[in-house]
Amino acid sequence: MSTGWTLFIVIITAINVVGATWLMWASSRRAPGEKAPGAETTGHTWDGDLAEYNNPLPRWWLWLFYGSVVFSLAYLVLFPGLGSWKGTLGWTQEGQWQKEVEAAELAAAPMFERFSRMSFAELGADADAMRVARNLYANHCAMCHGSDARGAIGFPNLTNADWQWGGTEDAVYATIAYGRIGAMPPWGEVLGPDGVEEVVAYTLTLSGQQAPADLAAAGEARFQMICSACHGLDGKGMQVVGGPNLTDDVWIYGGGADMIRYAVLNGRQNQMPAQLDALGEQRVRLLTAYVLTLAPPQPAAEPAASPVESTADEGEAEATAGVAADAAE
Amino acid sequence: MERVETYNDKVVRQFAIMTVVWGIVGMLVGVIIAAQLLWPALNFDVPWLTYSRLRPLHTNAVIFAFGGSALFAASYYVVQRTCHVRLFSDKLAAFTFWGWQLIIVLAAVTLPLGITTSKEYAELEWPIDVLIAVVWVVYAVVFFGTIAKRRIKHIYVANWFFAAYIITIAVLHIGNSAALPVSLTKSYSAYAGTVDAMVQWWYGHNAVGFFLTAGFLGMMYYFVPKQAGRPVYSYRLSVVHFWSLIAIYMWAGPHHLHYTTLPDWAQTLGMVFSVMLLAPSWGGMINGIMTLSGAWHKLRTDPILKFMIVSLSFYGMSTFEGPMMSIKTVNALSHYTDWTIGHVHSGALGWVAMISVGSMYALIPRLYGRTEMYSTKLIDVHFWTTTIGIVLYVASMWIAGVMQGLMWRATNADGTLTYTFIESLAATYPYYAVRLLGGLLVLGGMFIMAYNVIKTVAGGAARRDVPVMAPAHA
Repeated sequence: MSTGWTLFIVIITAINVVGATWLMWASSRRAPGEKAPGAETTGHTWDGDLAEYNNPLPRWWLWLFYGSVVFSLAYLVLFPGLGSWKGTLGWTQEGQWQKEVEAAELAAAPMFERFSRMSFAELGADADAMRVARNLYANHCAMCHGSDARGAIGFPNLTNADWQWGGTEDAVYATIAYGRIGAMPPWGEVLGPDGVEEVVAYTLTLSGQQAPADLAAAGEARFQMICSACHGLDGKGMQVVGGPNLTDDVWIYGGGADMIRYAVLNGRQNQMPAQLDALGEQRVRLLTAYVLTLAPPQPAAEPAASPVESTADEGEAEATAGVAADAAE
Repeated sequence: MERVETYNDKVVRQFAIMTVVWGIVGMLVGVIIAAQLLWPALNFDVPWLTYSRLRPLHTNAVIFAFGGSALFAASYYVVQRTCHVRLFSDKLAAFTFWGWQLIIVLAAVTLPLGITTSKEYAELEWPIDVLIAVVWVVYAVVFFGTIAKRRIKHIYVANWFFAAYIITIAVLHIGNSAALPVSLTKSYSAYAGTVDAMVQWWYGHNAVGFFLTAGFLGMMYYFVPKQAGRPVYSYRLSVVHFWSLIAIYMWAGPHHLHYTTLPDWAQTLGMVFSVMLLAPSWGGMINGIMTLSGAWHKLRTDPILKFMIVSLSFYGMSTFEGPMMSIKTVNALSHYTDWTIGHVHSGALGWVAMISVGSMYALIPRLYGRTEMYSTKLIDVHFWTTTIGIVLYVASMWIAGVMQGLMWRATNADGTLTYTFIESLAATYPYYAVRLLGGLLVLGGMFIMAYNVIKTVAGGAARRDVPVMAPAHA
């Protein structure tokens, strides 16, 4: 801020404070020859009977004002207020925030140091780690994925075995750390009204829902030509591009004909925001471990470099068994 | 026979009756949105009935329709009685009445339709803003025209406060509403970003200071000494607190923007001037209460005086609370919580509504050629329902607000927040229920008032014109 603006602020502040204080001080003294207080009115009368005494200003009230002025002037010396004057305490609101954050980080540092030496599996089994992770989840994840982690329309359920982008430790870490952008292009104009109905019908049959057989048969060819690029030839999805599995009963936006038609016509845009910059690596690791504990167990052996499709197949089979086991409990 | 000049009480009667009508409407909408916070399904999935659209309708209706009509009625009545002349122009006065009612109706239509500038307490779109500016300037012409032709040299203290309120609201309204229209129902603010926020709260806080404080102090300075039958306690105190109040209030707006993108220096100035505002605000309370001192025995028989003394007490409480809440460390706890809502209603219901209702009970019988209201007993019933309602409202919001502030700032050893937002919301539910009960009591009181007013008007004298009183010679 320039000196001119600082001076402007200082001067109008001073005029106001000094002016009000002078008014109080001057009015608190009795003028020479003034009548005794409370005895007579000022002599003016309005509307028949309205009049005014001229009692002195209550002392306690005057000192209340003087006290507030002294407080304010001291505050303006200590804190930034008068233009570019920084205040003798060097306080800023960003500085206050930074200090509080640093103190909290420092206090929590030994705990995170211990967590940093643990694997995801160890973290998932550690009660302290999972308590912290649950807190982190409640603060940063629950507003979209729900406090019970079962998601909502547009926000994936984290408690089932269906992973949009893969359920390995690395994949879940990447999803949380770097975020994901799930985009399905609109196909209404490409397919035309009839084509849309055919694709909708075929998609319904993939998950065993009712649809006119002739429409579904016509839709299959279109599906293989267009949709399979992301959803796979068998419609079981491709985690590498985030293409959802259409053959199960897990739906991000709902699986009825209306919602499928809407998606085919208009496409979908969705985003999981990246958390690494905001939370740091240690907290993202904790969340990864926590999210992995929410889902039913993964297949024991994860083929490291196998084709995506076969991973998806095995995962699906295992997951179905897992869900069935859960349901039986 | 020579034609005797009379007071123009027609416009006062119109505004006084509409004060009661808009009071009921505004508070009814308030009760509806209070219920919606308990039972969100009460918006019936109808866009026009959603909380987001009814809330500005509630604030506009109670502040500008109810409070505004009360101020028009009181200022027109008081300026004639204390200047000993008829209003400057009957036609212009009638224009302000019909213009103001039209503005209120337009607000009641456009806000539920979702037509809004989204500036708090200034939500109305530009064509209505233009109409407000025109009506307000005409109001100023009528008021100052009447002051100019007064038959008594000294201007009574109530008129200073009315004058300050009329001038400042014109400046605030025109300054804050400056916008670029893009269609009949849409405009963009002339200010951007943080500057827009600062202009908004320069307006917003001074709307509290000059509309809800100075204007109603004008009402208080006439009706309290009149009702108590005693002189104002101290002329000197009224001068000092008037000038210090209007000078210092202007600075206090930034305390609405603590810990935001507003620069630290502006936040600090807003805070220290808010602290210095405490004594000037209390000057009005002292003058009012000390005027009543010596007439305490009248409180036993006159429920109108009870309204006035309780309103002054709430005025003192909320003008103490305000400076405290403006202190940064207190604000860090109170901001964005229901404590703010409690504070506002302590002022708006406790001070503004009670002084207005008390003044209307004093005013309305005189406007209809009677000495008192149809039923003093019903005034007493209204007083107690309102007082209990306000206490329930304010106390529940205080507790809820402090609880929310503490829950939101609680952190665990690992640096995470202890509570999610939804937990604080669930914890607030019982207090929302108490608040709704308080609101229902206040609204119920307004219905009692409406009945009493209808009976009073029905039993009024046929001849209502009051000749202008000759000024006393001092």
